[in-house]
Amino acid sequence: MNLTLHVWRQNGAEQGRFETYRAEGMSEHMSFLELLDVVNERLIAAGQDPIAFDHDCREGICGMCGFMINGEPHGPLPATTVCQLHMRNYRDGDELWLEPWRAKGFPVLRDLAVNRGAFDRIIAAGGFTTARTGTALDAHAVLVPKDSAELAMDAAECIACGACVAACPNASAMLFTAAKVAHLGYLPQGQPERYQRVLAMVEQHDAEGFGHCTNHGACQTACPKEIKVDYIARLNRDLRVARFRDRGALD
Amino acid sequence: MELNAHIPEGPIEQKWEKHRFDSKLVNPANKRKYEIIVVGSGLAGASAAATLSELGYRVKCFCYQDSPRRAHSIAAQGGINAAKNYQADGDSVYRLFYDTVKGGDFRAREANVYRLAQLSVQIIDHCVAQGVPFAREYGGYLANRSFGGAQVSRTFYARGQTGQQLLLGAYQQLQKEVHAGGVQMYPRHEMMELVVVDGVARGVITRDLLTGKVEAFSADAVVLGTGGYANVFFLSTNAKGCNVTAIWRAHKKGAGFANPCYTQIHPTCLPPAGEYQSKLTLMSESLRNDGRVWVPVKPGDGRQPHEIPEAERDYYLERYYPSYGNLAPRDISSRRAKEMVDLGRGVGPSGVGVYLDFRDAIERLGKSVIEERYGNLFDMYQNITGEDPYQAPMRIYPAPHYTMGGLWVDYNLMSTIPGLHVIGEANFSDHGANRLGASALMQGLADGYFILPLTIGDYLARNRQPRLDPGHSAFQDAIRDVHARTGRLLQARGSRSVQDFHRELGRLLWEYCGMERTEAGLRQALERIPALREEFWRNVKVPGAGGEFNQQLEYAGRVADFMEFAELLCIDALDRDESCGGHFRVEHQTADGEAQRDDDRFAHVSVWEFAGVGSAPRKHREELTFEHVPLAQRSYK
Repeated sequence: MNLTLHVWRQNGAEQGRFETYRAEGMSEHMSFLELLDVVNERLIAAGQDPIAFDHDCREGICGMCGFMINGEPHGPLPATTVCQLHMRNYRDGDELWLEPWRAKGFPVLRDLAVNRGAFDRIIAAGGFTTARTGTALDAHAVLVPKDSAELAMDAAECIACGACVAACPNASAMLFTAAKVAHLGYLPQGQPERYQRVLAMVEQHDAEGFGHCTNHGACQTACPKEIKVDYIARLNRDLRVARFRDRGALD
Repeated sequence: MELNAHIPEGPIEQKWEKHRFDSKLVNPANKRKYEIIVVGSGLAGASAAATLSELGYRVKCFCYQDSPRRAHSIAAQGGINAAKNYQADGDSVYRLFYDTVKGGDFRAREANVYRLAQLSVQIIDHCVAQGVPFAREYGGYLANRSFGGAQVSRTFYARGQTGQQLLLGAYQQLQKEVHAGGVQMYPRHEMMELVVVDGVARGVITRDLLTGKVEAFSADAVVLGTGGYANVFFLSTNAKGCNVTAIWRAHKKGAGFANPCYTQIHPTCLPPAGEYQSKLTLMSESLRNDGRVWVPVKPGDGRQPHEIPEAERDYYLERYYPSYGNLAPRDISSRRAKEMVDLGRGVGPSGVGVYLDFRDAIERLGKSVIEERYGNLFDMYQNITGEDPYQAPMRIYPAPHYTMGGLWVDYNLMSTIPGLHVIGEANFSDHGANRLGASALMQGLADGYFILPLTIGDYLARNRQPRLDPGHSAFQDAIRDVHARTGRLLQARGSRSVQDFHRELGRLLWEYCGMERTEAGLRQALERIPALREEFWRNVKVPGAGGEFNQQLEYAGRVADFMEFAELLCIDALDRDESCGGHFRVEHQTADGEAQRDDDRFAHVSVWEFAGVGSAPRKHREELTFEHVPLAQRSYK
């Protein structure tokens, strides 16, 4: 199949622009990243700079890959990262626009690669349990109802790719933040720090320049792991409780 | 090169406890005076960095990814073993130890494996405390599943994403320590060189992958948790960035490389589809709990799977190994799949594949149970192949997956270079010639959470010398070497891309040093690799410059190291004139086609000392003794 790609090219802080490439003779069994591999091989052969894009595991779990295809994060398929998106989902002759995630909290590094360090800082602010290595009781000392474990796991599946931020008109990272708050909040092990956690993580989220959630729900549609916006409601509830409990944190 | 494994005296059950008591400690107030460099942020690296910081050491942690949470441990699917005996099915520390030594085909060090089995229990406790959402029974107790090479259910899991959840646990603990100030994290940094002064590891040289800045970091000890080298085969289940560079650079500075020929070919991966193929995707071994592996009885049978009646299907693993059936160990299952394909009984468009069929399990348990157990794996399969595995059997084929070989370490996880410790897949220690499923996560976390943080204290307490200034000539010389090497890569301005060279190297190794190896084939590979390497340095084409975000330059550096390492891999495979575990020399097999060990000549660890690129490395041996698990021909029949 033959495709036309309009790809965002930008080196660091310089002004970016779209450049157009013909991707000819591609197989429908390729993944989208394999298509870019082939395009890059041809660019290198022609003495041009290849397109920079982040990727690593190529099986949809590391969360390193991701960019916009025709305005949709990770392309058109639900529950699919771009490394798992295969060309059989496109038609011969299609014209595709590839852009990096666009958000104040994710500065563009080069072409389709952005800096997502803000996510690490949000986790560092409180996305953990303080459990020192080697101090735990036997794993069966605290039972966890199966339902709680399943709900926690649903939230914990987040891969921190950033699609939720890219999809959001406010560039909010609330879905990412809420997923971690929910994961630990559903489990007995997460209870001692539950309210402190939500305060610290939301504060860091705001400090990173991400916008507020105004319930568009675009994040849920874009999420390759189908994380639900329900967790944002849960986060807001925890946040409210936390602020009442800790009146010093009230604005 | 002197090899002393420093295995503590005493009964095997008490060695680790005795060793903990005999180890020197660093008092809490003094710990903050020590700086430790940890390279890699996977299960081993992240757990070590976090725990060291909790203990009070100052830690610098480096990873090439944009965040420590992306390390390839994240992709481990099936589970983690632990001798909890929660199923009351006869498991024990001793049984996990026994299974692991036997599964490794008697090429691992007994004392290390026993310690691993002991620590497995604490790992689960710690991970639960971190909030790892392991699968649960309705009563709230932890659920277990079975894995290859075991007849008990001791594998803990979080859907098909156990590695992800364990890594996120370690990552969160790491981020907690970053926030507390004990760990400085350096993402998008690649270790380019180990700095060794007077035979002691004193720091590393890194390259900032965004700016190209080459920088020296000095420390009191260096820890490598940089994973395995399966990407030397080009196509593997590893992430694209996985590489041998850190351990190869350390090897070139004097660290002995142990058993490089022990590579694991995983039996359940998606078959390759075309020339553009960039990686092979693993389908968790846990699928073999409920899936049945088969091929048509008739060679070249072109019918669709549902058209082939029961009598014309060969469930060959169940036929060969009635007691383990579809759960035969990985090396054995992989080789049998290759045998079926070589007999012309392979399936799929290319004929390179076998079926993994869930029809019977869906009939027995219902679709919803299968969906709950493996839903994400089935979705992944459908995404990639466009076929629905609930309707038609999966097609699978073996692919390079894990490497048991790695830098040699003693009982303290220290390499032959004092001050350089190696943890996780990057070391050679616990899996012998074949790793059992769900044991990699266990080993990475045992090393990182429980072993290294203790043993490194003993090293630091016994070896007090002032930290070097990064301005020291050894660091500055190493920086110049790094610049010279990247300069050579950029200036070659040849006509072939890095990927093109990598693909050719991978094909060569897969053919001559893959699932089956012969003397003639290995000799041929050893002739061709130096020629390919020479062409690489002369004819590689790396666009861009050194002082910028340049993914092709990163890749070129890694492939350059694979080009050197590949030769050692083949030298070791040729030298080990026996079959054992994942190392199958066609010349050495039993009458029914199983690996035939030669314990008289090869019950040892082969440890290679670097002698220059293209020069024959010197071989050293660590003799292995088996006092608890008697040497025997493995049988899973």
